[in-house]
Amino acid sequence: MSAVIEGKGGFRAWLNKRLPVDQFVEDQLTGYYAPKNFNVWYFFGSLALLVFVMQILTGIFVTMHFKPGEATAWNSVQYMVREVPYMWLIQPMHAVGASFFFIVVYLHMARAFLYGSYKAPRELLWVIGMLIYLALMAEAFMGYVLPNGNMSYWGAQVIINLFGTIPGIGPGLVEWIRGDYGIGDATLTRFFSLHVIALPFVIALLVGLHLVALRQVGSNNPDGIEIKAKLGADGKPLDGIPFHPYYTLKDIVGVGLFLTLFAIVVFFMPTFFGLFMEAPNFEPANPVSTPEHIAPVWYFTPYYAILRAVPDQKMGALLMALSVMAFLFVPWLDRAKNKSIRYRGLASKLLLGTFFVTFCVLMWLGLKPAEGLYVMLARIFTALYFAFFFLLPFVSKADGNGPVPERVTYHAH
Amino acid sequence: MSDHAADDAVPEVDESRRKFLIAATAGTGAVGAVLTAVPFVASWNPSESARAAGLPTEVDLSKMEPGQMTTHFWRKKQIYVVKRTPEMLASLSNHDSELKDKDSEKSEQPAYAKNVDRSLKPEILVLIGTCTHLGCLPKTRFTPNDATVMANWPGGFFCPCHGSKFDLAGRVFEGSPASVNLVVPPYSFEGDNKLIIGVDPAPAKGAA
Repeated sequence: MSAVIEGKGGFRAWLNKRLPVDQFVEDQLTGYYAPKNFNVWYFFGSLALLVFVMQILTGIFVTMHFKPGEATAWNSVQYMVREVPYMWLIQPMHAVGASFFFIVVYLHMARAFLYGSYKAPRELLWVIGMLIYLALMAEAFMGYVLPNGNMSYWGAQVIINLFGTIPGIGPGLVEWIRGDYGIGDATLTRFFSLHVIALPFVIALLVGLHLVALRQVGSNNPDGIEIKAKLGADGKPLDGIPFHPYYTLKDIVGVGLFLTLFAIVVFFMPTFFGLFMEAPNFEPANPVSTPEHIAPVWYFTPYYAILRAVPDQKMGALLMALSVMAFLFVPWLDRAKNKSIRYRGLASKLLLGTFFVTFCVLMWLGLKPAEGLYVMLARIFTALYFAFFFLLPFVSKADGNGPVPERVTYHAH
Repeated sequence: MSDHAADDAVPEVDESRRKFLIAATAGTGAVGAVLTAVPFVASWNPSESARAAGLPTEVDLSKMEPGQMTTHFWRKKQIYVVKRTPEMLASLSNHDSELKDKDSEKSEQPAYAKNVDRSLKPEILVLIGTCTHLGCLPKTRFTPNDATVMANWPGGFFCPCHGSKFDLAGRVFEGSPASVNLVVPPYSFEGDNKLIIGVDPAPAKGAA
C-alpha cells in the first residue's frame, strides 16, 4: 500500500495522496480476512446489501412518476405501470423487492442464531443489525401505504391506531402521526417524505455502521471459533482468506442465483399468490368498505398474529412490541460458552428449531382470519415464541459448553 | 509546577471556571437544539384546514321524525343520529343477558353516555357509524322481530361485512365478531333542537 504512494508516480499516486482509495480497498476488501469455512448462509449479508441498492435504484425511478396524496397516488401508480415505458417492470421490481428484502434479512438473522454470531464480541453488530431491521419495517410499512390501495388504507388504519393504545398520550399521538382526524393527504405526503428521504438515509447510515462494526470484530463462521486466535507467521489468521477476491467472487454466484429467482417472481408471479401484493390493494382506498380480512404483508404477520392472539387490545399491542424488541436482548440471554449450534447439545438444537418453526407458524396464522381454531393456535404459538426467550439463558448455559475444534472445519473443493 | 507557570507568565488555569464555561456552553447548545425541534415536531399536527374540517357538526333535530335516523360527518367519520321512540327505548331492557358489554364497561363513550340508553337525552342516540370489529358501516334494522337478523330481534343495527349485531343503544350482541359496543362521540345540545357533535356539554367539561 505505502509502496503505491512512495514508489510509482502517476495518477494513482496523485489520487492516493489526496484520497486514500487504495488504503480503503485494502482495509475493506483485500486486507480483510474472513474465515475460509463460510457456507451458503453467508450469502445473505451481501444479498441484503444488493437488495438495498436495488430498492434505492428502482425507488428513484418510481418516485419520478409517483404523485403522493389522497387524490393522486392511486392513479399515478396505475398510470406509470400502464403507460410509462418499462415502468411495468420497474414498479413491480420495487414492490416485489420489499418482500425479497425481508426474505434475505430473515435468513441473515437465522444464520446469526445458528452460529451464535450475536455473541461477544459481536453484540453491537447484532444490535445495529436489529436497528436496521426496525428501520426497514417502518420503511416497508410506509411504502405499502403510499399507493393508497384499500389494503394500504385499512392496514395503515390498524397500525396507526396501535399507537392509540399507549396510555395517556395515545389519542393525541395518533392525530399527530396522521396530521388529521383520519388518514388523509397529510398522512400520505409525510409518509412519502419519510419513505424516500428520511428512512433511506437512516438505513444507509446504519448499514455503514454495521459494516464498520463487522470490520472491527471480524466475521463469525459456522464453527463459531475466533480465527484471530490462530495467526500465521505473517500475522494473518491461518483460517482466514482475503474477502476480495475470494468472497467477492463467491458472492457473485449467490447474486446470480438470487437474481434468477427474483426475475422469475417479477416476471411470472409478481403478486406471489397474493402474498407479496394483496388482492384488496388492487382497488383504491375506500374508507367505507373494509377488506374481508385485514392482514399485513407476510413479513409482518408473525407479530400481527401475536397482536390478535391477546383478547385485550392494549395487552396485545404491548406483547407485539415486546415480541420485536426481544431480539435486541438475545446476545445477553444466550449464556453458552460456545457460539455455534454445532457445538451445543440436543436441548439447544430443539429450542432453536422450535423457535424457527414457531416464527413460521405465526407468520401463517397472521394471514388467516382471527377466528376459531386459528385464535387458539395463535395463543399456543405466542406462548412458545416467548418461551424461547425465557428458556434461552438456562438451556444455553446448561448445554453450550462442550469441546470445540482448534481450527475451523474445512474441506478443500 | 507553579513556578514554571510563573516563569512563562501564563496565568493558572482556573479549572472550576473552565468546567462552568464548558457546562454552560454545552447546556445552552442542548437547550437550543431541543427548542429548535419544536417547530419540526409541531408541524405534524393537523393543519388549520384539517382543524376547520374537524370543527363540531351541528344537527337540527326539529326536522326529525320519531324513529328516524340521519347520518352526518364529523372528523371523517360517519355519525348516526336516531330519534328514539318510547317503544325503542323500552326495547333496550329486555335482552341484557344476550349482550357482551351491557353496562358499556369495556366500550368507548363519554362519561355522560355511560348509562343504559347510552345517551345524554334518552330519546336522542348519537353513535359513530363504524363497526367496532373492522370499521364497516352497520345497516339499520329498526323493525323488531326481524327474523332475517335473529330470533327475538329487538331492533337495532346489523353489520353486513361480518354479521355484528347491535341494539338500539349500539350495544353489541353475543355471537358478533365485534367485542365492544359502537362508539359514542362527544356531543351536547344547544336548546332543545340543536345537537352539537364534537363538543362536550358545558357543565360536564372534561368529563369525556
